[in-house]
Amino acid sequence: MKHLRTPRMDRCIGCQCCVLACARLVHKLHSWTTAGIHIRSSGGLTTGFEADVCVACEPAPCAQTCPTAALTQRKGGGVIVRHELCLRCGECAGVCPVKAIQMEQDSGLPYLCVHCGQCAPFCPYGCIEFTDDADRDAPDDAIPVPSVRIRKESGHAPN
Amino acid sequence: MPPIDIARPFSRILHYDATSGKARVEEFGLRAEHLGGSGLAAALYEASGLAAASPDAEEQPIIFAVGPLTGLFPLMSKCVCGFRSPYNGQWTESHAGGRLALALRFAGYDALVVTGRASELSCLIVGGHRVRAVPVPFLRGADVFRTGKYMRGMVKGFSGHRSTIRIGRAGENGVGFACINVDSFRHFGRLGSGAVLGGKNIKGIQVVGDSVSALPPGKSYPSLVRDIQLAVTTTSAMRKYHDLGTPENLEPLNKLHALPWRNLQKTSDSGISDMTGQRIAEDLLLRQSACAGCPVGCIHIALLREQFGDEHDYLYKQVPYDYEPLFSLGTMLHITDPERVLSLMDETEKTGLDCMSAGVALAWAAEAFEKGLVSEKETLVPLRFGEWEGFETALRHLAGRDNDFYRLLGQGALAAAACYGGDDFACVLGQEMAGYATGEVFFVAQTLGFRHSHLDNGGYSFDQTVTEKDAGAAVKYLLKDEHDRVMLTCMVACLFARKVYTTEKLQECLSSLGLEDMAGVLPEAAGAVRDLRWKLKMGTGFDPQKARIPKRFTEITTWKGGIDATYMEETRGLYSREILRMGGR
Ligand code: SF4
Ligand code: SF4
Ligand code: SF4
Ligand code: SF4
Repeated sequence: MKHLRTPRMDRCIGCQCCVLACARLVHKLHSWTTAGIHIRSSGGLTTGFEADVCVACEPAPCAQTCPTAALTQRKGGGVIVRHELCLRCGECAGVCPVKAIQMEQDSGLPYLCVHCGQCAPFCPYGCIEFTDDADRDAPDDAIPVPSVRIRKESGHAPN
Repeated sequence: MPPIDIARPFSRILHYDATSGKARVEEFGLRAEHLGGSGLAAALYEASGLAAASPDAEEQPIIFAVGPLTGLFPLMSKCVCGFRSPYNGQWTESHAGGRLALALRFAGYDALVVTGRASELSCLIVGGHRVRAVPVPFLRGADVFRTGKYMRGMVKGFSGHRSTIRIGRAGENGVGFACINVDSFRHFGRLGSGAVLGGKNIKGIQVVGDSVSALPPGKSYPSLVRDIQLAVTTTSAMRKYHDLGTPENLEPLNKLHALPWRNLQKTSDSGISDMTGQRIAEDLLLRQSACAGCPVGCIHIALLREQFGDEHDYLYKQVPYDYEPLFSLGTMLHITDPERVLSLMDETEKTGLDCMSAGVALAWAAEAFEKGLVSEKETLVPLRFGEWEGFETALRHLAGRDNDFYRLLGQGALAAAACYGGDDFACVLGQEMAGYATGEVFFVAQTLGFRHSHLDNGGYSFDQTVTEKDAGAAVKYLLKDEHDRVMLTCMVACLFARKVYTTEKLQECLSSLGLEDMAGVLPEAAGAVRDLRWKLKMGTGFDPQKARIPKRFTEITTWKGGIDATYMEETRGLYSREILRMGGR
């Protein structure tokens, strides 16, 4: 199986295309709060952006703490989410070590990455990658750089 | 609260009255008629019935409007701010990116309208689930950066999901070209929106994007997003906005003799070699950034390292740069050391002045100083072309409205010239000029344009691409281009994407969301918006037939030779008659 990694966040321009793609394609919603990935400015001495996203724990503390089967362990790390079983207790969000679970206010449901990879092609700079679980312990710089999409010259210039 | 309907027939407005401190959410009008952005702001203003009231009356609104496509497609990332301009009293708009457009969309509103005046200096926090004013008397006089930092701490837990807009000293003091800073790197720049907010005793607004909208079922919407994303991220046109960005234009415009230098005493100078887009990128570019919802990333941020002590005492600043401030605070003041121009930009940013208007107004002041029309008695510091220190202090005097001279200059170079003389060389085309000395059509287009902006229409491009002097053809071009742009500013698109979003593409986008009714009438509705904007502008004091182009603009030489005053006058006459017609006069 594969999972989502964020090996090159130092290139991130904060466009939020990944966030919007997840909300749109995975959850069929338009919002900042119903997505598995969140982008925020890093602040402090470093500049640029950071991503809050599930790091695919195995075992996953969020699934272990969940009182129902709304979150269950996914093979290769991370969890499988079943919103229809969720009690909206928020326990999972509290135990996630990287604060990757967002409790959406209107529905009270947790939103987190399910490692489907649909957001990755929308990143113009290859900051996020959908990689093989086999590579999960590989350092970030060992993750191959894809075409940096925005620099690729192809098609007809609109201007 | 169930998810908000993306295809609702009416606009959803959050109205906050700062006097009473009360808010209400309203359903307004028909989106198929007013569209959004420019059209929504204009329709809301018309409905307010305040065109006859004084522009600085407390009840006058400041309106932040987004459109039906905001956040739903790439580069639909802009927000329109509609207000009565403290610079000229007229109904106008300013546009900005950052995260504001998406924050408003995700807060669930098509527009935020603020009226009234708070009893003490306050920050406003709004979202789908919150409206709250926080008194901030301790932020009086605070610069834009400190204010932003404080405001980000006001709401916990929404990092990256909110937008923070605020004013500096210039806005609090009511300078005619005070801006509103949006998320540190973008601005509602021109014509004084910052002073409008200041007049409401509002130091800043934080918009929290905390709500959810439902998307239409089916594949047509997501597959259209995918196609457009691919189109905008793989073409050379967009690459140029990301790569060197707009400063790429400095060198070619200088070569064309179309780059204003020294208050437009010249249109070309060898000093450009110190300040090309290439050189700034190589020496000073720290990183690029993007507005939320835009994969291009045209925002260029420079790293400015400054020594503040005698020993090895340094501080560093992140300064966003673009073509326009490099022109207004650089070539126009004849300063070509990019680091010093960045210092001026940083000062402008802190005080909350608009960089284009401030630079061009100071360029007039430098020439008036050179000619002896004003002396240090008025300017308080020597203002000489090429000497940046004087201008840095002058920016603070402008923001502080420190004496009569700076109070007048803060209303524009022509206001100061009315008192001290020198209107011949005031580089004012409706407002302080944009950085294109391309010729007759641009000068007319900015003078008469709805926002007096180089973005109202492509006048500068007509000058560069059409050689024959045909006033009829020029005006025909301006009219069509304005209409096309109004369509985009109703959606609300970044104008960099104008080649991608043709009328047909916009109609396809609207239909994919279930807004077929709007798609069907889009061109006509945009025409009605354009006419309404003119009607409002004229109803609030604009007379296109009285607009004049100062003498300096007739004295310059471009690559085409001298300015043809007859052609310019003919174009001006024709275009002003068309504007009267559009505005129903
Ligand atoms: S959501 Fe958090 S706790 Fe659960 S698997 Fe992902 S990173 Fe681990
Ligand atoms: S909020 Fe839902 S998913 Fe999270 S722990 Fe509670 S029941 Fe499980
Ligand atoms: S991998 Fe899938 S679930 Fe995770 S953030 Fe990307 S689109 Fe969302
Ligand atoms: S799509 Fe890429 S560049 Fe854009 S915010 Fe996400 S990680 Fe950053």
